[in-house]
Amino acid sequence: MSNTFTAKIWVLGDDIDTDIILPTEYLAMKSVEEMKPYAFSPLRPELAGLIKPGDMIVAGKNFGCGSSREQAPEVVKALGISCVVAKSYARIFFRNAINNGLLLIENPDLYDEVTEGDSAEVTPGKEILYKGKKYEIASLPDNLLEILEAGGLVKAMRKRNGLS
Amino acid sequence: MGMTMAEKIIALAAGKTEAKAGDIETVTLDRLMSNDGTTHLTIDMYNNLKNPKIADTEKLVWIIDHNIPADSPKTAASHKKMRDFAKEHGITFYEGEGVCHQVMMENHVRPGELIFGADSHTCAYGALGAFGTGVGCTDYLYAMVTGTSWLLVPETIRFNLTGKLPKGVHARDLILTIIGKIGANGANYKSMEFGGEGLASLSMADRISICNLCVEAGAKTALMEVDDLAMDYLHKQGREPKAIIKADQDAVYFETYDIDLSEIVPIVAKPHFVDNVVPAKECAGTKIDEAFLGSCNNGRIEDLRVGAEIIKGKHVSDKVRFLVVPASRSVYKQAMEEGLLDIFMEAGAMVMNPNCSVCWGACQGVIGEGETLISTGTRNFKGRAGHKDSYIYLASAATVTASAIAGYIATADSI
Repeated sequence: MSNTFTAKIWVLGDDIDTDIILPTEYLAMKSVEEMKPYAFSPLRPELAGLIKPGDMIVAGKNFGCGSSREQAPEVVKALGISCVVAKSYARIFFRNAINNGLLLIENPDLYDEVTEGDSAEVTPGKEILYKGKKYEIASLPDNLLEILEAGGLVKAMRKRNGLS
Repeated sequence: MGMTMAEKIIALAAGKTEAKAGDIETVTLDRLMSNDGTTHLTIDMYNNLKNPKIADTEKLVWIIDHNIPADSPKTAASHKKMRDFAKEHGITFYEGEGVCHQVMMENHVRPGELIFGADSHTCAYGALGAFGTGVGCTDYLYAMVTGTSWLLVPETIRFNLTGKLPKGVHARDLILTIIGKIGANGANYKSMEFGGEGLASLSMADRISICNLCVEAGAKTALMEVDDLAMDYLHKQGREPKAIIKADQDAVYFETYDIDLSEIVPIVAKPHFVDNVVPAKECAGTKIDEAFLGSCNNGRIEDLRVGAEIIKGKHVSDKVRFLVVPASRSVYKQAMEEGLLDIFMEAGAMVMNPNCSVCWGACQGVIGEGETLISTGTRNFKGRAGHKDSYIYLASAATVTASAIAGYIATADSI
């Protein structure tokens, strides 16, 4: 996970809950592709249409609190979000995101200092570079990195079992 | 060094004599619950594996509760997928029997077990001294096919309870007070362990209500010491414990709170966060459009008795729809036998079949633009109960029922 990438920043607040990320009424849709336009709709209905593949989300504390619905990290991943950087994550969302191959980064400072629309340079497991300032980030434990690099837990299981 | 309840249960499930906070342990699960919120996704992933096999079918319990009866062809298709798979593989399956956590408490949960549920409120099982924790459908799938998973052993926040709740104050008021105190992520990744002499004064319904809502403080699990009352509850349903777990005297806690139950007052959580709590009296007079008595948090017989006693001989406000949703078929039947459903219906309430109802904003009773709901449900997130521009207040069965009568937020002693 040492590949550096540059991403455009979308800023969300504290306590972004799973009903904000994907409201209940869209959960029964057949595919995550159908759900994409409704991501974050209770808070910012226009946002899903503006996010481009490779963009990143920067948020405050307790990102992903609430339900265990896995459609929440799935839809964020499907929108092409390269990573989420938040002050902290709710634990069920954290596991679900890793299991779906969505990169989550914890950082206490970036949220307080970023402006939406700016870009940042991210080196997973090492640092984020924003307006010339370095924000150190920790590396994930090896077992989680293996899952993330495979693109999710099911893919990692297949890989471990010698399936592609 | 002593262990907390969470550490002991994880050690047991990992086949070890000791586990300590911060360690990552591979555990064998005792039970795996999944509902119609995400089981269709689990099945899709399962079918995508090469030669998949369920590790131990006996441990699986599948429950259709979120959208029952189906409200759309899409939901019906998702239910059919779940029903057919359960039948084909011989998985214990419930449909229309009640909200998953209530069905689990009535039929399956045993003290000392480690249980994964593909639902965040799985922490309710702590009322019987079981480590229940919510997972997504991918973690569920992994546990279903391997029988195991990995867990970070959580730190524990200990709550020592003393005294008794005053008359007219309920378990919901207590847990909302605690969540208000520690915040919506105050127990993130942690176990919330409850003990102390005050625990004895709380009914099983109270205990389930408290443990159930701990995820709203971010908790990984909630645990209560098993006493005679819990053992009676278990024995009446014909089950025996896996293990009776108690925390060691010298267990190490992240934090400890002493809570005097006699100081708790009726509480309301205002939109749009569960930790946005105030004394209910501060919200008195706030106009409401709908009231909801039900859910895995407050749909038990004790809650229906509280509501029925308040509304008996009175009538629901003509400005309010009042939904009463017993948490399970057995609760429904008992409420019928005790005449509680008659009382609610004569008062103008709608009595619905057991399901998750408007608590999760689907199936029935969703609210429209600009509307306000007072609810015994679990969450008041923006848009959770329907339109994105609507408002949810969370409160006890007593405050919800009193508000349904008044047409605005009111405590039971004020009507």
